[in-house]
Amino acid sequence: MDSDEHPRLLDGGFNRREFVATAVAGILPLHTSTSTHSGSSSKISVSLLVNGQRQEAQLDSRVTLLDALREQFHLTGTKKGCDHGQCGACTVLVDGRRVNSCLSLAVMNDGREITTIEGIAQENSLHPMQLAFVENDGLQCGYCTPGQICSAVALLKEVSQGQASAVTQDLTQLKPIELTDNEIRERMSGNLCRCGAYVGIVAAVRQANGGE
Amino acid sequence: MNPFAYVRVTAVDEAIKAYANTPNSRFIGGGTNLLDLMKMGVETPSQLIDITRLPLTEITATANGVRIGALVSNTDAANHQLIRTRYPLLSQAILSGASQQLRNMATMGGNLLQRTRCSYFYDPTYAECNKRNPGSGCAARLGINRTHAILGASQHCIATHPSDMCVALAALETSVQVSGPRGNRTLPFHDFHRLPGATPEIDNNLHPGELIIALDLPASTAAKNSHYLKVRDRNSYAFALVSAAALVDLESDGTVRLVKLAWGGIAHKPWRANLAETLLTGHQLERSRIERAAEQELKNAHVTVQNAFKIKLAQRTMVRALMTAARKDTLG
Repeated sequence: MDSDEHPRLLDGGFNRREFVATAVAGILPLHTSTSTHSGSSSKISVSLLVNGQRQEAQLDSRVTLLDALREQFHLTGTKKGCDHGQCGACTVLVDGRRVNSCLSLAVMNDGREITTIEGIAQENSLHPMQLAFVENDGLQCGYCTPGQICSAVALLKEVSQGQASAVTQDLTQLKPIELTDNEIRERMSGNLCRCGAYVGIVAAVRQANGGE
Repeated sequence: MNPFAYVRVTAVDEAIKAYANTPNSRFIGGGTNLLDLMKMGVETPSQLIDITRLPLTEITATANGVRIGALVSNTDAANHQLIRTRYPLLSQAILSGASQQLRNMATMGGNLLQRTRCSYFYDPTYAECNKRNPGSGCAARLGINRTHAILGASQHCIATHPSDMCVALAALETSVQVSGPRGNRTLPFHDFHRLPGATPEIDNNLHPGELIIALDLPASTAAKNSHYLKVRDRNSYAFALVSAAALVDLESDGTVRLVKLAWGGIAHKPWRANLAETLLTGHQLERSRIERAAEQELKNAHVTVQNAFKIKLAQRTMVRALMTAARKDTLG
C-alpha cells in the first residue's frame, strides 16, 4: 500500500499535558492569513508598547487592536472569537485594565501599554495564573484560554484594589472584597468557554488568589 | 467596515468644530457599541472624532451634588467613593450591565447613547426597520418580539433602550450637561431620551453636533435607601428583560416622604414611574399598595403574544425592588 493513501495524521509529538501548557502560554503555532483593507483613505502612524516592546506601524483607521496584534505584530496568542465583544477571547490588558481588543481601534490606543498572553509569563516560567489553569484543567480546547487568563490576572488586581462587582454586598461599605466562588463567576462572566471548563476556571482563579 | 477618516482631539471646542466641518461624523469614546454597529454596517460614519483624550474624566462633589465627567469609564464611576457611598443605586445598575472588560472601556456619556439591541435594527439583512431605515417598516411587530417594549411604543417601532445605568440615572433625576455649536445647555434626564412616535430613527433630544460633557447627580436623591433589580434570561452578562430602580425615603412613622421609581427593558427610554410615585407618596409602604401603584402605571401597556409576560414581571420586579430598598423585603 502506498503511504500516500494513509490518512495524514497530525503528530506534533504533543502529549495532552504539553498541549495544554502550550495553549495556556498562547504560543500554539496557528497559521493566520493576512487580510487587506482596500479603499482606505490613509494610513495612520501608531506606536504601542506591547509586552514591553515598542511596536510601530502604519495602519488603516479601521484596524482593530485585535487585528493589529495578530496580523501586524504576529502575536497570535490573542484570539478572535465573536469579534463583537460577546465572548472575551480577545481580552488583553491596556494600561493594566482588561478590555475586548476586538472593539477597540488600534489607532485609539496610540501610546498605550498593551499586555497580551505572550507577555503574561515571566522569562521561562509560567505566570501563577497560567500554572493554576494547567493544574485545575481550566480548559479543554484552549481557544478561549488566553482571554480567560488575561481576564483572570486583571481580576485579581481589581479585587486587590477593592473594585466591586454585581454580587458584592452593600456597595456603600468600602471594605476588602472576599473573593467567593460567586464573585469569581460574576467577574469572569465576560469570558465564555464553549467547552464548559468553568468549574476548572473558577478553581484556577481561586488557587491563584491563594485560596488553596 | 466602511472607510472613515480619523481625527483625535484634545479640547471640547476642537471636537465640536471637527464635527461641524465634516458631515456624517461621530464622536467615539469607549466605542463598544459604535464599533460593533460599524462592523454590522448599521453605522457608516465618514469621520470618527476620538474624544477619549478630552479632559472630562473627573468625578467631583459640587454644591448641588456630584458631577461625573462624560469620559469617566463605567468601572471608575461604579467604584468611586462618592458614588458608592451617596448613589449606590448607580453603582449597582452599572455593575449589573455588560462585563468588566466592556465596563472598563465604556464611558458614562456613551452609555446614554447606546442603541437598541433589537435584532431587526442590528442586522441590515432585514429590510424593515424604521429606526435604521426610516419608512421601511418594523419587522419586530410581527417577528420575534419577546424582549420588546410594552409601554410608549408606536406602530413604527417597539424597540427598548438597553441600558441599566440609565434606569438608575432616571430615578436619581440626573441632569445631562451638553456642549454644542450653539453653546452649552442642560437636559433633565426625563427629557434626554425620546419615545419612538413616527420618528424612531431619533433616539434622543441632542441636537446634531452636541457632545455630552457631564452628568449631574442632585443632592436631593443622595444617601437614600435604594435598590436596582435586574431580571434576565442569564444570570450575568445579559440584557434585562425587565429591571427596576427604586429609591425611597421614609418618615419615622413609616410613611413615604420621597420615592423615585424607574423601569428598564420595557420602553424606548428608561420609564420613570411618576404615577406610581404619586400613588405611594404620603402612604405606608405596603406590598399591596405598591402592587396597585405599579399596576396603574402599567395599565396602558400594549403587548404581543410573546412579551405579554412583561406586565406581571414588571409589576413584581418593581414591588421587590422597592421593598428591598425600604429594607422591608417580605418576600418568600
